[in-house]
Amino acid sequence: MIVEYGHFALALALAVAILQTGVPLLGVAFQRSVWMDFGATAARWQCLLLLTAFLCLAYAFLSHDFGVIYVAQNSNSALPWFYRLSAVWGAHEGSLLLWVLILSGWGTAVSLRSQQLPQDIAAIVIAVLGLIGTAFLLFLIGTSNPFLRSWPAPADGADLNPLLQDVGLIVHPPLLYMGYVGFAVPFAFAIAALVRGRMTPAWAAWARPWTLAAWVFLTIGIALGSFWAYYELGWGGWWFWDPVENASFMPWLLGIALIHSLVVSEKRGSFKNWTVLLAIGTFALSLLGTFLVRSGVLTSVHAFATDPTRGVFVLAILGTIVGGALLLYAWRGPSALAGGSHHVVSRESFLLANTLLLTVATATVLLGTLYPLLIDALGLGKISVGAPWFNLVFTLVMTPLILTLGLGQFARWKEDSLQRLVKQVALFAVGAVLIALCIAAVLAPTTRWRAAAGVLLALWIVASVASGVWARVAKRQQPWAVLRALPRSFIGQCIAHLGFAVTLAGVSLTSTQSIDLHTRLAPGDHVALGPYTVRFDSLRELDGANFRASEARFLIERDGVPLYELRPQKRFYQVRSVSMTEAGIVPGFARDLYIALGEPLGDGAWSVRLHIKAFVRWLWLGALMMAGGGLIAMRERRRTSAVGALDALVNPR
Amino acid sequence: MKFMVPLAIFGVLVAVLAIGLKLDPRYVPSPLIDKAAPAFSLSALEDANTTLTKASFSGRPLVLNVWASWCSACRVEHPLLVSLAQAQGIEITGLNYKDTREAAQALLTEHGNPYHQNIFDPAGTLGLDLGVYGVPETFVIDRDGIIRHKQVGPLTPEIWQRDIAPLLAKLKAKAGA
Repeated sequence: MIVEYGHFALALALAVAILQTGVPLLGVAFQRSVWMDFGATAARWQCLLLLTAFLCLAYAFLSHDFGVIYVAQNSNSALPWFYRLSAVWGAHEGSLLLWVLILSGWGTAVSLRSQQLPQDIAAIVIAVLGLIGTAFLLFLIGTSNPFLRSWPAPADGADLNPLLQDVGLIVHPPLLYMGYVGFAVPFAFAIAALVRGRMTPAWAAWARPWTLAAWVFLTIGIALGSFWAYYELGWGGWWFWDPVENASFMPWLLGIALIHSLVVSEKRGSFKNWTVLLAIGTFALSLLGTFLVRSGVLTSVHAFATDPTRGVFVLAILGTIVGGALLLYAWRGPSALAGGSHHVVSRESFLLANTLLLTVATATVLLGTLYPLLIDALGLGKISVGAPWFNLVFTLVMTPLILTLGLGQFARWKEDSLQRLVKQVALFAVGAVLIALCIAAVLAPTTRWRAAAGVLLALWIVASVASGVWARVAKRQQPWAVLRALPRSFIGQCIAHLGFAVTLAGVSLTSTQSIDLHTRLAPGDHVALGPYTVRFDSLRELDGANFRASEARFLIERDGVPLYELRPQKRFYQVRSVSMTEAGIVPGFARDLYIALGEPLGDGAWSVRLHIKAFVRWLWLGALMMAGGGLIAMRERRRTSAVGALDALVNPR
Repeated sequence: MKFMVPLAIFGVLVAVLAIGLKLDPRYVPSPLIDKAAPAFSLSALEDANTTLTKASFSGRPLVLNVWASWCSACRVEHPLLVSLAQAQGIEITGLNYKDTREAAQALLTEHGNPYHQNIFDPAGTLGLDLGVYGVPETFVIDRDGIIRHKQVGPLTPEIWQRDIAPLLAKLKAKAGA
């Protein structure tokens, strides 16, 4: 019965979503205050109803209700309870339910903060979120209903995909969706600005925290996904340029461009049309990501939940929502988005260059992801685009991006002189080069220069952050007081940029300074791995809840001193007859020791993959710093937005 | 006018996606079906001094699998190939495509080697002659060296049962007769 309540709540949520779209828009058209305010109430009801539906589905999983088709396909009586819970979003139907639930959560958050906004803007934002919700609820109920039953019920379920049976995967999809879906909020703000035909600096101040929040979630989600791939897939890799990874990476990249463009719109009142376009583009890429993952137009190692027939529906949603937004942009943009000017040499120019480069970077990832499809659609044949292409092209775009990132930090707003800029940059640039040379001297000779080039770029970012802090503190009466009173947005920016530098250094060092060894080992054998000696001590069989595993015991010593013990596993999941690798890892600040079992080779011997992964943790440490920086910048003191809101009410431009 | 540009670009994108939806990503017609496999002379993956030629195809029907260590989709089908080779004794010839010896051998050491023999094609010359669009691809070649079937994209147990196993059985029966 509980499941049927969930089904009913879902249908009711659709009705509420339609009201949430229609009533506030009519309110704006006829200037009825009560109708405009109705949207906020509807948004909260929609969230409550979807939460009910979601909890009912979770209950079906926890209580082993295999009469529900979706539960039977993705759970099993032997599955531990926490995986049964995460199985709720382990496949298409449930993850779509999570998608709309999170969308309604963002809608509720906006409704709770809508007092700060002019009433008409708040009404339109809520209505646009309602429209997106309506589209996806129609999709969910029409093609992907997780509450459908089958009769008679099967005795047991087909089990959750073993790839997804991992603690990291319990939180990875919700975080990713929080990011994806969160970009609906700046999108809705962009639509509101276009509809009302005015875009003020205050608008940018409202939209920025929402954009940052979505981006922070996406950052953590992507980092977690990368970390999961690292320890679960057993290849020691952390990024594969897989279409599904790219689908989350593209809105992330364009989201950075949006955040920076918003800063200029807020502080200088320019880049308006660019900001609006980026807001539309970022959400379009989130929808495109949903389409690519859900439609099966591209083959991928992540293809957990694909169905071509559903693709048409998602494409229709994408076409209607984004096409409509771009139509509005073409129609209202020329009048609504004029204004702003700056000198050629100024911080604005560097920020513009950087957002353009980020857009180019996004476009290259998009091209690489869709190129096989494009060639196919044109009837020219079939190709695949591999990691080497992405690595090369992405490096080509990121290098100028990092250089202008630094220059932008040195440059002044509105107008700067080239001489002053060169004078200020020179000292920091020389410093960065000298440190990079010192680092190159201690690295492995063969890959020294490639690594040092990456580290140099990272140091350049650090130098630019240092100069930014220095410029604010130097020649002040009380430098410490100034330092303590730095605005949050500036502190957040510094931390995020430093995080980028840390990730960049990590990528450069781990891809050049790691040691990889694939070898055949039997119990009793030992092998040298860099400065360590690794001994294959023993092997035992053990039983898990829903798998059998071979667990190896490796002892690692250095100069005769025993240091670590690792127990990597090879697991076999009976219900789906799939084997999985659980790597053994000794984490470290400067290196990870990583051992994964390959295949048994007979006579008790195994193929074994051993790595020293240099500085690999820095990748995720940097990502956390970027997210942390975003979080700090998001919690800017209210003053700016309150003053801005007043400004917008008094002078609606 | 410039405000129309994004809409135009988006229109093209949606059109491509719409066409893409109609296509089966795994279906590729090959003009080489029922034609003789191209001649070649390449070294074996395991041993640079051993030369393999088209003669190694003749005498019995076989499965030719094009793969590379850099190809993520190949890793998806790899366990299936290993089980076909080990459990059913299917003879699979590998064509290691645009790869390095070290990376390819490392993958086989780690994930198991389903291949009876492996042609090493670092420049992709034989791949070009075979009309390889992207890896992985799988061909069925009969005892006379004639290409009878081509599968683009990773093999799945369903595709194997539906398309390849019956064909292989038929070819084997003919070869035995």
